[in-house]
Amino acid sequence: MKMELSQVSRWYGNVVAVNDVTMTIGPGVTGLLGPNGAGKSTLLHMMAGFLAPSGGTVALDGTRVWKNHHIYRNIGLVPEREGVYGFLTGWQFVLSAARLHGLSDPVEAARKALATVEMEEPKDRRVETYSKGMRQRVKVAAALVHDPPVLLLDEPFNGMDPRQRLHLMDLIRAMGTAGKTILFSSHILEEVERVAQHIEVLVAGRHAASGNFREIRRLMTDRPHLFMIRSSDDRKLAAALIRDHSAGGITLRPDGMEIQATEFRRFARLLPRVAQAEGVRLHQVSPADEDLESVFSYLINRST
Amino acid sequence: MNTVVAGITYRALLGRRRIILLLLLPLALLGLAVLLRVFGGDDQRSAVLLMQNFAINTVLPLLGLIAGTGVIAPEIDDGTIIHLMSKPISRPVIARTKFLVAVSLLVVFAAVPTYVSAWLLVSNEDGIAPGFAVGVLVAGIAYAAVFLLLGVVTRHAVTIGIIYALVWEGVVGTFIPGARKFSIQQWGQSVADQISDSAFLRTDVALGFAVPALIIVTLGCVFWAGLRLRAFSLTGDE
Repeated sequence: MKMELSQVSRWYGNVVAVNDVTMTIGPGVTGLLGPNGAGKSTLLHMMAGFLAPSGGTVALDGTRVWKNHHIYRNIGLVPEREGVYGFLTGWQFVLSAARLHGLSDPVEAARKALATVEMEEPKDRRVETYSKGMRQRVKVAAALVHDPPVLLLDEPFNGMDPRQRLHLMDLIRAMGTAGKTILFSSHILEEVERVAQHIEVLVAGRHAASGNFREIRRLMTDRPHLFMIRSSDDRKLAAALIRDHSAGGITLRPDGMEIQATEFRRFARLLPRVAQAEGVRLHQVSPADEDLESVFSYLINRST
Repeated sequence: MNTVVAGITYRALLGRRRIILLLLLPLALLGLAVLLRVFGGDDQRSAVLLMQNFAINTVLPLLGLIAGTGVIAPEIDDGTIIHLMSKPISRPVIARTKFLVAVSLLVVFAAVPTYVSAWLLVSNEDGIAPGFAVGVLVAGIAYAAVFLLLGVVTRHAVTIGIIYALVWEGVVGTFIPGARKFSIQQWGQSVADQISDSAFLRTDVALGFAVPALIIVTLGCVFWAGLRLRAFSLTGDE
């Protein structure tokens, strides 16, 4: 099944949370990547029928999603907020989901869903006694209980320990391979890279980039990089680098120099060679803007 | 009506501390009736006074508030409602189910204790006990609908509900005669008056107004709650 977003916007008063986003989510695993506050949850809520778009349309295989409870036969939703009745046991929670879907054999469906997320052993404990990762898995089980062709997960790996995270990643990958349409949101590039075949990047409410992880990676590595360098002779090194054209701009500071490298890979190969040729000793080479925020801000500037 | 939704709603309501509130009020009503009986106040006048001033004017709106908002507002607050709403069940059905749960609670915790406490004082004399039991029941149904709607529409349902029950129904209804016509409590009393023949019970609102008003308010609020739930939005933390 396909989730189609066409010129979708959402604003709250004067604040624009999602700005003119058009994308199609098809079978396989798609990662919705973006920094916190980029509008990922807002977008996901609109896809899940829990928020009306202020403009544009969200449709599942041509059927409008908003105010249409029939879509939940085909959608499994794992919300970010806890949203689990603490007084129910894990078993009761997943079984209630199966019953709410009106499945013909709810007991068997609930058993299968709990087995899928490896929650059979603690299933008879109350949800309020669970760790965050366990609650997350019970939520995934409840979302999977009717075997939906579309699965939407909002920050599913948050609060999970590494082992649980790997297990859920495997599970999502397997379901994607099996032909389900899966979308999950995350603000961590590595997470998205490991699970998603396709990545949609959302920055400040805008659809900043789209592609497979190689394309996104390349976008991110080919952008101009900023390096902090300290050496035995900053001026001499700066002059040599400028001569070579691989640095866009150099700022000399009392504690070293800041270099804007236009081509990351070329610059990375060039720097040690130039330093050696000039007889300059490198004390420190460190990326000054490797955090995700600057990567995102580059992408958003590029897209506008 | 969806039995799974009802089951979860009952467990959510009765499992929390609200059950103590739900129990305390009818226990206080029964306790007062027992005290009146022990100290010789078991006449029609005291019975009607207790029913009007405590059962209908105090216990019922508070229980209505606890049950009516309690079936939905906490779930909206903590986000658990998504579990019910992300299923192929029409949202008006969820609203109706929760309304019926609230009504059933008001039968058990308001109508039955009302009957028992009136009966303790005057048995079935002049239909006072059945009259007030039915009056409490119909007013309770309307309260359940109003407070359910309030729980869906606003996150401050309890505060607004208390202000409504105390200020509008209590103060305005008492001092401004015209406002009494638009008071659920008065409608309930009109129904009680219709059933009971007691000379001590006198009401201001005609039955011909009270009954249609009860029906319109109840149906309107449940219907509107369903509509609002259809457009339920998650705003997220962003």
